[in-house]
Formats: sequence, C-alpha cells, structure tokens
Amino acid sequence: MCLGIPGEIVEILPDQPDLAKVDVSGVRRNINIGLITDDDPQPGDWILIHVGFALSKIDEAEAKAAMDFLEGIGQAYADEIEALMESRIE
Amino acid sequence: MRYVDEYRDADKARALAASIASLCEPGRQYKFMEVCGGHTHTIYKHGLEDYLPENVTLVHGPGCPVCVIPMGRVDDTIHIAEQDDVIMTSFGDMMRVPGGRGSFFDSKAAGADIRMVYSPLDALKIARQNPDKKIVFMAIGFETTAPSTAMTVLRAKAEGLTNFSIFCNHVTILPAIKAILDSPDLRLDGFIGPGHVSTVIGCRPYDFIAREYGKPLVVAGFEPLDILQSIHMLLSQLAEGRSEVENQYGRVVPWEGNLTALKVINETMELRPYFEWRGLGFISHSALKVRDTFAAFDAERIFEIPGSRVADPKACQCGEVLKGVLKPWECKVFGTACTPETPIGTCMVSSEGACAAYYNFGRFTRERVQEATRG
Amino acid sequence: MAERPLIEGSAPERSADWAEAAVREHAHVETVSREEQVLERIDRARRARPRLREQNITLSHGAGGKATQTLIQAVFLHAFRNPLLEPLDDGARLSIDGASLAFTTDSYVVSPLFFPGGDIGDLAVNGTVNDLAVSGAEPLHLSAGFILEEGFPVADLKRIVASMRDAAAAAGVQIVTGDTKVVQRGKADGCYINTAGVGAIRRPLGGDVRPGDAVLVSGPIGEHGVTVMLARGELDIESDVTSDTAPLNGLVATLMDACGGGVRRMRDATRGGVATILNEVAADAGVAVVVEEDAFPVRPDVRGACELLGIDPLYVACEGRMVVVVSGDVADEALSALRSHPLGAGAALVGRIKDDPPGLVLLKTAFGGTRIVDLLVGDPLPRIC
Repeated sequence: MCLGIPGEIVEILPDQPDLAKVDVSGVRRNINIGLITDDDPQPGDWILIHVGFALSKIDEAEAKAAMDFLEGIGQAYADEIEALMESRIE
Repeated sequence: MRYVDEYRDADKARALAASIASLCEPGRQYKFMEVCGGHTHTIYKHGLEDYLPENVTLVHGPGCPVCVIPMGRVDDTIHIAEQDDVIMTSFGDMMRVPGGRGSFFDSKAAGADIRMVYSPLDALKIARQNPDKKIVFMAIGFETTAPSTAMTVLRAKAEGLTNFSIFCNHVTILPAIKAILDSPDLRLDGFIGPGHVSTVIGCRPYDFIAREYGKPLVVAGFEPLDILQSIHMLLSQLAEGRSEVENQYGRVVPWEGNLTALKVINETMELRPYFEWRGLGFISHSALKVRDTFAAFDAERIFEIPGSRVADPKACQCGEVLKGVLKPWECKVFGTACTPETPIGTCMVSSEGACAAYYNFGRFTRERVQEATRG
Repeated sequence: MAERPLIEGSAPERSADWAEAAVREHAHVETVSREEQVLERIDRARRARPRLREQNITLSHGAGGKATQTLIQAVFLHAFRNPLLEPLDDGARLSIDGASLAFTTDSYVVSPLFFPGGDIGDLAVNGTVNDLAVSGAEPLHLSAGFILEEGFPVADLKRIVASMRDAAAAAGVQIVTGDTKVVQRGKADGCYINTAGVGAIRRPLGGDVRPGDAVLVSGPIGEHGVTVMLARGELDIESDVTSDTAPLNGLVATLMDACGGGVRRMRDATRGGVATILNEVAADAGVAVVVEEDAFPVRPDVRGACELLGIDPLYVACEGRMVVVVSGDVADEALSALRSHPLGAGAALVGRIKDDPPGLVLLKTAFGGTRIVDLLVGDPLPRIC
C-alpha cells in the first residue's frame, strides 16, 4: 500500500497533458501527473509512482547528497579497516 | 535500476551498521518505532534486523491502512457489493481481509462482483465501460493514497459520470502516532517516520512529536539503506541530546509536502468527527469522508450502509501488535489459529502487517538462520 | 487515548463466529512465552493435516499455493488415496508388465488465449511434455480434450490447434486421442483444454535430495506470468516480455546425458513460480533449501513489471523453466550442460541444500540479510496457465 516506486518520464502525452508515459526498468506505463504539475515535469525527470499517480519528483541533487553521505560512511569504514590492517603489519 | 539498486548496496550497509553500533551507548536499550507498514515490510524482506546491534529494537507501528480497517467496514463493503448491478473494486490487499462473515474473496466466490484494481483510475475505466452498472471503489490508505482517490473523484465529476462512487475509508497518520505516544504501555526513543505519507503532508506536522514529547523523528525512505541511515540519524540525535524532525528521504519528500495533493483532498473530502480503528478503538478526527459537494460520488449516501460493528475475538491481539506492545509471535493465536492461510486478524493478512511480515520473512531465530546461510 | 462518543442508531455489536471457532479449536495449546517455542508450535501446526474450511471454491484454490495444496489433500487425496497418487509429483510413475511409465495430466484455462510468445495450445502441449520430462521420462503420447464455448470462432480454434501441432512436432510427441465438448455461451471463456500424457522412463533419477546438493534454475524466471498479466490489457503497461513456454525434454536429455546419475529432482516451475517448487523440494525431502536472491536470473523488464505491480518474481509463473537439484559434485557439469542447450542458456546456480532448518526455504538477500520464502496462500496473478 505504501508502494511507491521510481520511474523515468519518457513522454508527456500530447493529447492528454495530465498523463505521462513512464519507464520502470524497460516496462512502460501511463501515469497521471496531475499532482505534480507545479513541478513542471519533463521527459528525463524521475518521479515517484503510487497507484497510478506521480506523487513527487525525485530530486537528483538530494539523491546525490544522500549517496555522498553513504559513501562517506563507507569511506570512513574502509579507512578504518585499512588502518586496522596496516597496524597488523609489522 | 536507478534510485533503487544504489540503496541496496551490501558494503554500504555494513559500513552503516558499524557506524550505528559505534553510536550506541553501551548498556543502553534503544527502541524505535517504524510507523509505516511499508517500512515493516522492507525490514523483514531484506533481513535488516540482522544488521542492527542487539540493543537496538524496532517496534512495528499502526501504519498499515489495511490492518486498521475494522471487520464491520469489510462487512459493509460486502453489503454494497451484493446490491444489484454493483461492481465493487478494491486494492488487492483488501481481498482476503476477513470480515464478520468472510472476505471479499469469499463473497466473490459466492457471486458478488468484486474486482481487484491497481489504481482508482482502473475503477473509473470500469465505470466508463459499464454504464448500466454502479461502480464503487473501496478507498483505503493514509494521506499517501487519498490524493489519488481525490483526483479520481474530480475526474469522474469532470467527465460527468453518474455511475461511480467511492466508499471512503481513508485514515490519517497523526492521530495514530499521537495515540501511540499517549499510550502508557510503550516507551519509545524515537520514530522512523512514514516516507510516502510525508510526500503529501510534508515534515512540519511531526513537529509536535519532537517539541512536546521530546522524541526525535526521521522521515525515512523505503530502501534498506534508507532505513539504516535513518536509524543512524536517530542515534546521532540521541547521542547529541537533540530531539528534532529530520528528513532522510529528501530525494522524494519535500519539506512542505505536496500542496496540490493537499488541495484536492481538501476539495473533495473532510475529516470525520471520529472513526473506529481496528485494535485502537475510536479516534477522533482520524479519517476522511466525502464532502457534501461531492455527495453524488459518496457510496455512503448512495447505498444504505448497515454500519456493522463486529467484535474482534477476545484472543485476537491485533490491537497490541499494532501499537507495538506485542511482537507478533507473542500473540496467543499467532501461527496456530491465525496464519496467513487462516487469518483471524488483519495484521496477518496484509502484506504490510507486522504478523504477516514476521511469519513470511522473519520467522526464525537469528542464530539458526545465520548458521544455515553461512558459506 | 481513544474517545468513545455516543453513536446513535448504530447496529448492535456481534461477533465473527468463524473466528471464535478457530480460536476454540486451538485453545488447548498452552500459552508460550519464548520465541523458540512459538516457532515449534507453528511447525507442528504446519505439519498437522490440513483442514478445508471454505464452503465454496475460491480463486485461491487454483493458484498452486497453500490453498491448492489443502484442497488436494483434504478432498482429492482423501477420496482417491493410493500409493501411486501419494507422492503427488508432477507425474505418476507406473510399472505395467515390466515397462516403466510416467503418466500426467493438466488443464489449461489461461486468459487471454493468445499472448506474446504463444497461446493456450502451446501451453497445453509443452506443459504436459514438461511434466513428463521432469519425471525422468521420454514424452511419447498426448491426449487433448477441448471444452469450447458456443460462439467461439473456428478460426481461433484452428490457430490454437496449429500451435499444438507445431509444439508437438518440436517436442517429438504425438497427439493420439482426444475429445470435444461444447458448452453454452457464457461458460468456458472461449476454450479450455485438458491434456494428458504418457512417457517411458528410461533412466532413473539419482536418489533422494540430501544436504550438499546444488540447486539450479534453467533460465530467467517470471516471464510467462508477467506476459499474460500484461496481455490482459487492463494495466496500460507496455513491455516486450514474451512467454517462455517451451518443451524441456531436449534440455532434460542433455542434462541427463552429462550427469544423469547425479540428478536428484527436476521440477518445472509453473503457477506459483520457483518459490513454490523450492518449498515443495524442502517439504518433500525434509531439508532446508538455501538460495541467494542475487543468483536468480530475472530480466530487467520482468523485474520492472513486478516492481510496478508489487509482486515478487520468485512467485510468478514460468512455462519453460525448471528447477534442478543435483548432487554437489556434479554442479559444474550440470550447469555447463544446461547452458550448452538453447533453452538453458540463462541457467544459474542459485543455492544449496542443507539439513537445517528442515522444510524451509531461506533466502540470502542481495543486501546480506536473510529471510524465509514461504508458500503464498493464493496467487497475485489468477488464471495464468
């Protein structure tokens, strides 16, 4: 029910501006974009799909920031492991 | 696949888990509630609890909109479906929820026309294709789904359809969280906040939790790394003595929410004075009904609803499980009288229910599973 | 916490009799507090003889999951019980005057009748050929019974029959007998087909499934189920996925030639998907099946469609894929043999057999956690085959 998945807008339907063709891993579906018209959705944008409607545009900058944080933690972890390894080598 | 696979990276998970462990005060127990059924599902599906240190426990909350539908409402829906020329439409999750005399599936087998749909727009399509029938959409869900129902009603009005209505069972999340906070049975350290509900209502409505109750809340995404990162953020807050609302799911959730979505909900629906939640009792201003201006699309006005009330069997402890007081396996009927095949309560039927998630995914002592999957 | 205002005129409360009865039935079980004891309690409940509670057949009974199994046990096995039926395998193994035969039957009710990659005729031949093949038999002869709806276009029937002719030729079998019935308009949804098949068992399979065995799948999963679901046209989803319906007897022969003595079990994954097969293997042999999520081949568009629909590819029907359990020491040969055949090009090693916990399927998630893969009660995609 909370099922929301990301998909990429491929095309805004010319005769029905409320609908966009969206691609999820090579599968395409028409999604109603009436709830996000204020965000001016365009082909190439990623959106969150829920029961046939787009609820939100996925913000690339935010996604990158979140990934960077995770990379940072990962790097800190990797650094620590490396330090641990080095400390063993006599 | 972008925006999904990156959030399932095992290496990053291990790094996060190490960091989480380092943030925990030794000897201190941490209890976080994930409110949303979708989070419960992810936690079990990906075995996330394997990544958490022993002293961090996750408690499953009432954010499963199917789980909180009382049996009486199921009976009412079947009552509508059994009327002449009615096609009832519903999300798949509701099909096996047991009412007082069986589920939608049972009723369908006995001849009622009840169809599964993936979107309220599918129900609208059925209405267009069947002008001589009365199509009813059983609308369930929190604020995540209400906008979609609202848009569909607006569309129905714009198209001048006269054979489409909704049976509105939308509920709102904040009263449920408040009920948890006011419950004497539970002591929580923080909340993993609902992700998709927040897409609609934004993050501001949770302020009272941090301000008045002093509990941190982190709005979380649904991928495993999202949840681990949110737990990390909660522990950071506790370690630093902060109690704030934070947004881990910034890539999807705008702080202010979706104003268009809130507008269409407000245009077509309004709060009921009270609504019965399975296991939690009557909660005021916790559910939506169709506004007078859209009465032509309100199944409750078109059909005579009996307003059935069915008592849960005394042994059913869905209420305590929904409040997070009991773990699924602590319920007396879990696994014997109540199984996915023969569910007594909704927690076992819905794919997001804590009991179903545990039975289907988590059902084994950690050590035995890890032993078997080693190597 | 919860306010209870006066509700004027609401119906009096009543109780759900079926639920009270279910609770009473299990009331003798003592209350337990430790998780371990609860899990044992569940195990016992699972092993107990299944009881059919419903008064009417529901769609769940046809899904291939728990409800189907309960129906089979409680109604069919109960009435027909005999040693040949008991194993409840894909095919019965018979011995007639010294000849070892496999005998099987299947009915096909797929909707829609025609879909990308095939039609009901293909399924009707391939499905029965496959049941014989995985029983270790060389498929030889089929019967074909048709139930046709009044008004069904003869052109469509000819199309279906042409598919069956071609499928039979490809599989090397002959359709040697049949039957036709016509029912009134409104019944039979166009066309239902039943096929039965008989084959000769020439090579025995290599013994019981045991710990240390390897588990393989012959190719990407979930294609048929997704294809049919999308072909129904209700979902506005466009995709290039086609059904994987195919006769597997050639692939089986290649496998048996390479490592016949080490092949323990073969099962074709149809409704209920590979997850159902894995559970059957675990339950029948009393072993644990431990698999890796990442190892299952799934085409990106099948995965995308499953994500959109909220279903797990492990439970989605195939019609030309099999699960093979082989002795651990021939795992590599088995995999090479499968991959050397066009229908096995996407074959993969997905897991191992262990001894504990018995009867369960465990999955190591891509993420590194573990979870249980249980049987579904019903099927998210009805009338798939």
